[in-house]
Amino acid sequence: MDFFLQLVITGLVVGSVYALVALGFVLIYKSSDVINFAQGEFLLVGAYIALTMVMLYNVPFLAAVALTLGFCVLLGLLVERLVLRPFIGEPVISVIMATIGLSLLMRGLVQMIWGTDTRTFPGIFSDTPIRMGELVVSSVYLWSLALAILLLVVFNLFFKYSSTGIVMRAAADDQMAALSMGISVKRIVAITWAIAAVVAAVGGILLGNINGINPTLAYIGLLVLPVVILGGLDSIPGAIVGGFTIGLLEALAGGYLDPIFGGGVKEVAPFVVLVIVLMIRPYGLFGKEIIERV
Amino acid sequence: MLVLNNVEVVYDHVILVLKGMSLVVPEGKVVALLGSNGAGKTTTLKAISGLLKSENGEFTDGYIEFYGERISGMEAETIVRKGIFQVMEGRRVFEHLTVEENLIAGAYTRRDRPNIRKDIDGVYEYFPRLRQLKSRTAGYLSGGEQQMLAIGRALMARPKLMLLDEPSLGLAPLLVREIFRIIKQINEDQGTTILVVEQNANIALSIADYGYIMENGRIVLDGEVDKLIDNEDVREFYLGMGDLGTRKSYRDVKHYKRRKRWLS
Ligand SMILES: Nc1ncnc2c1ncn2[C@@H]1O[C@H](COP(=O)(O)OP(=O)(O)OP(=O)(O)O)[C@@H](O)[C@H]1O
Ligand SMILES: [Mg+2]
Repeated sequence: MDFFLQLVITGLVVGSVYALVALGFVLIYKSSDVINFAQGEFLLVGAYIALTMVMLYNVPFLAAVALTLGFCVLLGLLVERLVLRPFIGEPVISVIMATIGLSLLMRGLVQMIWGTDTRTFPGIFSDTPIRMGELVVSSVYLWSLALAILLLVVFNLFFKYSSTGIVMRAAADDQMAALSMGISVKRIVAITWAIAAVVAAVGGILLGNINGINPTLAYIGLLVLPVVILGGLDSIPGAIVGGFTIGLLEALAGGYLDPIFGGGVKEVAPFVVLVIVLMIRPYGLFGKEIIERV
Repeated sequence: MLVLNNVEVVYDHVILVLKGMSLVVPEGKVVALLGSNGAGKTTTLKAISGLLKSENGEFTDGYIEFYGERISGMEAETIVRKGIFQVMEGRRVFEHLTVEENLIAGAYTRRDRPNIRKDIDGVYEYFPRLRQLKSRTAGYLSGGEQQMLAIGRALMARPKLMLLDEPSLGLAPLLVREIFRIIKQINEDQGTTILVVEQNANIALSIADYGYIMENGRIVLDGEVDKLIDNEDVREFYLGMGDLGTRKSYRDVKHYKRRKRWLS
């Protein structure tokens, strides 16, 4: 039972990071039909910048996080302006190729600046694990989970109730109609990229605190692909549920099945479930149906 | 208030759609723009609202002025802020948003946030049906309800000039009359100037002060509504009445192969 709960907690923590990264993915897809292959690199850059500020310049952790997020807003806006704006009116596939180029560029820069060694954040969260009955959980796990959930809740409320959130969903629904009411679609797309960079960076900082960071972390950008497809590429709740589901699946499959099969199940399990779900629900768990009525 | 002077519009650099289109919309009036399919009515509205750009259309001649200021070539966003709001053909509500969220999106350009709530209630006064449906997903509304929402969403921007593109499209006759009654009421209560494009000439002329008839990218006939209604050609080709006032179907009209006089 203990072992099971331990796996569940690990799964939830990893899942919450997946959910954050997937959220950025989904936002970009919704607003511009683009699959952003550089999402993992946003995570990387965010994590390294926070780390550098903490280690090199002794900035207090929370301040470093705040500064990093500010930086990521700028990064997202810059990427939109320099990489995506020139592609307006071009086929979506060209934009997707551009994001692949962007991901290689960013990863290269990160390796040039920070190298490939794994680095860890200095112990920010207390080392003493938290006991919950029989269960022992390291406090960094709980903090990460709480932070990720808080952020997800905030963003959900933002999209549901704030006027900017409503307008972002409106533009995702019908760009031309949005344009006709004076909504600047360019501005919406820019905000989207900024948010995507910010949520990814938070994911990166959390992971950095748990396992340390090195450039291979960027592969999370690809790992969340099954997450978003499972949840439905265009669904914000879907990204969140998908993130937690895949996180749990990986942890449980890794804990119970890997010892039996000698490893590898953890990596495959998400895709197996993905295929099964897509057979039953082609739009993913929460994907928006095409509303047909005239 | 709005002047189009000799406007020429080309799509994709080659397709000439508006060929010297001129039209005037006086402040506070309802103006109807009639014409057959493909005449260029929608293109005219898009030229005014600035939506042409996103469809690869461009001005090659002429100009459009709003309150004496040249607006041809401005961004759609800027034009909306100046007080022109287009209700697009086919309603185009945001399908996955609720009715109320659609209204909020319509108010995007407004600076006076506190009044928005009041205006939402104002829209519900015009369209009580929408109040009952306010948390419904807009995509599942009936065609008529969506049209009400599209007009309500336009009201939220408090435009000075509202451009309506075929509001009668696909609606039952009773509902068409209801929608047009409300359009007229909006014009009277709020002083909103209205330029309405219609296939249904009868209903459009019933609320309009002035009418333009367009063929093939330019205006071929215009006049005060009472004069237009008396015009033999208009009666025959647009109102579906023969000389004796008997109803004729469009097919009969074609069968007669009578040349429209203003084209000869
Ligand atoms: N985006 C576009 N690109 C190329 N040609 C276009 C475009 N939009 C419209 N056209 C052409 O311009 C002409 C006029 O179209 P428009 O939509 O303005 O007609 P309309 O008068 O609104 O017709 P309807 O009553 O059928 O709505 C048509 O021949 C159409 O094929
Ligand atoms: Mg049209």
